[in-house]
Amino acid sequence: MPCDDLHPDTAWARLPGPLPAAHAWVDGKSWRALAARWRTEDGQLAALWGSDERPAGIGFVVHAIVICGGAWRWMSLAAGHDDPRFPALSELFPEAARQERALFDLLGISCDVGDTRPWLRHEAWGSTDFPLRRDFAEGAPKVGPADPSYPFIPVRGSGVHEIAVGPIHAGTIEPGHFRFSVVGDEILRLEERLGYTHKGVAKRLEGLPLAEGGRLAGRICADSTAAYAGAYAMAVEAVSACTVPPRALWLRALLWERERIANHLGDIGALCQDGGLAFGHTQFGLLKERWLQTHRQLFGHRYLMDMIIPGGVAGDLDLAAVALLDGECTTLLQATRSLQNIIDDHAGLQERFLGTGRLDETQARALGAAGLIARASGIGRDLRVFSPSPPYDTLKARIATRAEGDVAARVAIRFDEIYESLRLIRAILAALPDGPARVPCGPPCGVLGLGAVEGWRGPVLAAVTRAPGLGSHHVHMHDPSWQNWPLLERVVLGELVPDFPLINKSFNLAYSGHDL
Amino acid sequence: MIAHLFMRQGVQILFVLAMAPLLAGWVRQCRAWLANRAGAGLLQPYRELLRLLRKQPVVPHEASALFVATPYIVFTTMVVASALVPMITIHLPLAGAADAVVLAGVFSLARIFAALAAMDLGTGFGSMGARRAMLVGFLAEPALLMVLFTPALISGSTSLVVIVRQLARHGVILYPSMAFAAVAYVMVTLAENARLPVDNPDTHLELTMIHEALNLEYSGRYLALIEWGAAIKLFVYIGIGAALFFPWGIAQGTSSAGLAIAYALFSAKLATAGAGLAVIETVFAKLRLFRVPEFLGTAFLLAVLGLLMRYLFGH
Repeated sequence: MPCDDLHPDTAWARLPGPLPAAHAWVDGKSWRALAARWRTEDGQLAALWGSDERPAGIGFVVHAIVICGGAWRWMSLAAGHDDPRFPALSELFPEAARQERALFDLLGISCDVGDTRPWLRHEAWGSTDFPLRRDFAEGAPKVGPADPSYPFIPVRGSGVHEIAVGPIHAGTIEPGHFRFSVVGDEILRLEERLGYTHKGVAKRLEGLPLAEGGRLAGRICADSTAAYAGAYAMAVEAVSACTVPPRALWLRALLWERERIANHLGDIGALCQDGGLAFGHTQFGLLKERWLQTHRQLFGHRYLMDMIIPGGVAGDLDLAAVALLDGECTTLLQATRSLQNIIDDHAGLQERFLGTGRLDETQARALGAAGLIARASGIGRDLRVFSPSPPYDTLKARIATRAEGDVAARVAIRFDEIYESLRLIRAILAALPDGPARVPCGPPCGVLGLGAVEGWRGPVLAAVTRAPGLGSHHVHMHDPSWQNWPLLERVVLGELVPDFPLINKSFNLAYSGHDL
Repeated sequence: MIAHLFMRQGVQILFVLAMAPLLAGWVRQCRAWLANRAGAGLLQPYRELLRLLRKQPVVPHEASALFVATPYIVFTTMVVASALVPMITIHLPLAGAADAVVLAGVFSLARIFAALAAMDLGTGFGSMGARRAMLVGFLAEPALLMVLFTPALISGSTSLVVIVRQLARHGVILYPSMAFAAVAYVMVTLAENARLPVDNPDTHLELTMIHEALNLEYSGRYLALIEWGAAIKLFVYIGIGAALFFPWGIAQGTSSAGLAIAYALFSAKLATAGAGLAVIETVFAKLRLFRVPEFLGTAFLLAVLGLLMRYLFGH
């Protein structure tokens, strides 16, 4: 099996928890060599981040997780104490580029090659202050207003001009700056500038006991709160040697699928609106609203916040609730199918969707597309299938893929996933195991913990590193938007400026989720 | 007699000024109903105008006098246009002052000033909107002229008053050429008034805007004048459409009873046209920007077909 015959010099240790993951400490040479081999074996870089382990005497550490043939490989590299450096992975995995830039912004760990412009840094910290270092004083004085001299890559030529959009937009949407170089209404180049939502979440998570961080982790990205809280809980359970009861695992899957449906409904409605079909927006808005009201009624929160906790699930369902949820699936299935017929038959809307913002499979593979965007470009990657933790191992989720990679494909994937999630929800409700829905989670005892959930955007990761004697820990939460934001820059090339909002909405990436 | 004439003219202008926001509210309310929403009510545009008029406007530092003058110019041209169209009665002193071609020119004047003012600041969105507005405008205008020429051929004059009098006198005759012209006119009206499928009046996505992009820097009373002007423009376009294609009921005489009936009939025409517009905007999605020339090209073609049919076969 590929990826399993491991580098001879590397000692791999199996990680606790349901994921087929192993960890190893590597040196700079094997760091590159391993990454290079995984790249040739179609591995995907799942996350790249760093932590300050100077209190434990290890100095700064850079971590990378690669998923390769269903196996998870987590390698850590000691990057030094005073002038931490590490060999860049972005030449092998282009999706690493921005994570490498963020590594310098947050920890001051630099890599040998690549783009050295700041990514999350907006002049809020002094040039020698790095917020994720353990000795960074919280509440350090803010340094000046945002630097206007960020060097965007210019496009020159006759008739080329730039359109600067955001970070403040005409509508109530999240802050992001988009710099278009255009000729007339045709896009020659797009460059994104994000990092306007930095809240110091990663720093705060270091200061909270692991058992209490879940509330915060579930608030990193509200539309994926179940996925984030789930990944966080999995990681904490792994370092606490906590065995979650089966009922809790099944209820978690129920929540993840319901979250997926809620977001897909909202997205399809928003795509209709951006296409100018207000009817679709209202109808899908209505379906989503009813769905969320059921959340509020049964789980106490419209977006399912604080339901998934380390050790299990905070609530439970009685028989009446199970019947209600099952009935709701039937209603939604009928309503969605009839609306899909309308949308599929609407020539004007399909004209906007078809062929717009195409990402072909070759590009998607080369650039490391993740989650829903990858599946819309013909790459069948889904954690529920490739690393199925219970109950997905018995439910046998089916991956939805489309080959076209355009806006229409991303709409179709959302429909397919709604239907599949409805099937999964009914299967879960029919076979929900008895027993407790939560167990007390003991104090953390392990060193490393990994959690991963296929959220609606794609895989959401949580990685915990602990220094046991010192009581200090670091939690890295990873959003699939890290991988997919750069793809957006790619797919709009040659498209029309007024089609950008539609393409952007079909991606619907997180601003806040990747800016911790 | 003269005093009466000018009073009628004044009443029509006041009628347009007062009712234009109601028409905008009616279209929005119909769209809301068609989308299963409750809607904000018919009076919402009045509340918005009032809010904008009360607010202190913010003018960018870089703005020249053109930027500040443009809302007044646009508003005034729309009021002038509303005076030129025989909507209620053909006995209007100003309606004879300009023919259909001049009317098209009046609308262009407003468009040119709006585009110049948008470019005045040198912002990306302003010039983008100006570019797109001119693209739509220069394609819509010939189509509009072609539409106007068909009834002009039938009635032997480009004066709207003569056209209305002639057409109304003919009684209910179905001219196939006029049917082509009417379809083309609806398409031109959609484009000229920044409605779906050409432009989305409700969008908040600055990159997709045409008409809205021109106004992004305006606030307070300037924005109120522009919004009000846009409502009047839609009103006048429906008025022209009613005069050309449904001239029946426009008062030929000068009796008060006739005028009252004419006002009632015209209101009914407005309501029908507004509801029809809402249906169109609900049923169609927005066109890709570079499909707009095809859309307006089709309008032009239809208008020319109508003209040819009239010219060659006399239908």
